[in-house]
Amino acid sequence: MSLVDYIRQFFADPQFQHGYDGIWQRIAEHCWYSLIAFLCAAAIGLPLALLTGHFGRGDGPIAALAAVGRAMPSLGLIVLLAVKIGVFNFYAVLIPLVALAVPPILLTTHEGLRAVERSVVDAARGMGMRPWQVLLRAEIPSALPLILSGLRTAAVQVVSTMTIAAVIPFGGLGRYVVDGLSEYRYYEVVGGGFLVVVLSVLTLVLFAVLNRLLVSPGLRAGNRG
Amino acid sequence: MIAASVFDLPSYVQHSYLGLVGEQLKVSLGATAAGLLLSLPVGQACARWRRLYPPVLGLVTVAYSIPSLALFVLLIDYTGLTDTTIFIPLAIYSLCILVPGVVDGVRTVPREVLIAADAMGYGRARRYLQVELPIAAPTIMAAVRAATISSISLMSIGAVIGNLGGLGQLFTVGLKAFNLQLVWLGLFSLVVLALLCDLLLRLGQRLMTPWADRRSAQP
Repeated sequence: MSLVDYIRQFFADPQFQHGYDGIWQRIAEHCWYSLIAFLCAAAIGLPLALLTGHFGRGDGPIAALAAVGRAMPSLGLIVLLAVKIGVFNFYAVLIPLVALAVPPILLTTHEGLRAVERSVVDAARGMGMRPWQVLLRAEIPSALPLILSGLRTAAVQVVSTMTIAAVIPFGGLGRYVVDGLSEYRYYEVVGGGFLVVVLSVLTLVLFAVLNRLLVSPGLRAGNRG
Repeated sequence: MIAASVFDLPSYVQHSYLGLVGEQLKVSLGATAAGLLLSLPVGQACARWRRLYPPVLGLVTVAYSIPSLALFVLLIDYTGLTDTTIFIPLAIYSLCILVPGVVDGVRTVPREVLIAADAMGYGRARRYLQVELPIAAPTIMAAVRAATISSISLMSIGAVIGNLGGLGQLFTVGLKAFNLQLVWLGLFSLVVLALLCDLLLRLGQRLMTPWADRRSAQP
């Protein structure tokens, strides 16, 4: 049997068509928990990086934090918190997800602001803008492509790490993978894996659309001089 | 009498600590090396034919966004529950991190330097090995370090699909046995291993490119 056959078998199985183990139910869980984690991470990372980037401080600590964030095994963090504060506890998933999503947001936003040309900032100042106006109307719009790419990395990471949360055990699409593996139903494993891939590619598409809508046309790669 | 050390794992782990460390290093470093070998020609081609880069970059971004657990399980059908199932996705992720690094690195080589090398009679292969690679090395090495660190930490997810994933098994076994000490040991070992590899690569880079500006060694 090829992967396509497995996926077809997965979608045909009535067990996964409705109820608590239904595909839509699992997708909704996955998206909902990912969204909460992503918003928490953005609420922590963005303001912090906007400040450090604007004032040009903290290059070293932020780079170090990003390296540690990359080295941190997500599975280990989830299991650690699950054993410490209890399985079936959303915080055991939320805290690692946020911890993994903050560093990329922090690093790219900070770097994005630092990379804004001085002449742009000087011009904004020369036009009589106050410091917060410089940040909101010159620095953030110029740095937006990088800021969005950091948010994208974080979102994709949250969506994929959410899958691993199924081991502790927790809901979301990872359930299919973990349950299928433990019950030797390989088509369920493949079906779950397939849905996760679809969801993360959709996350990328969402950010590509955001990029189109929000970034000033003058800044897009293709239009640069 | 020496008390039982943290590194003497309980029998239900089915591996010795050093065995797990060895497996971890073998697979994750091997995969990074494979990714590097593949990314050099791909990156070189993208730097040479500029129109090739945007589609390749798009492909690499999409591939990198695929969750590792999904890639692992989709490969089980072809390679079974073996190290290869972990190795291939890790090599792909390394490739995704390395291709932009190689392209950026190759682009830092000034045109005049290439022309000077040509004028000195360097052949293509010699120019590549003795001029382009050394100049591109700091940028490429930054990507190699990022790929190595993420390979080491990503590999642990392999433990979810079975008796794989090196030190990651300390997490799955620790969860089943509710043994917090195993989980801490796994976390600690993985982070130390990643930072140690990073340190060694930094040192290697200093030795290879002693002329390079220290600041360019920052990530």
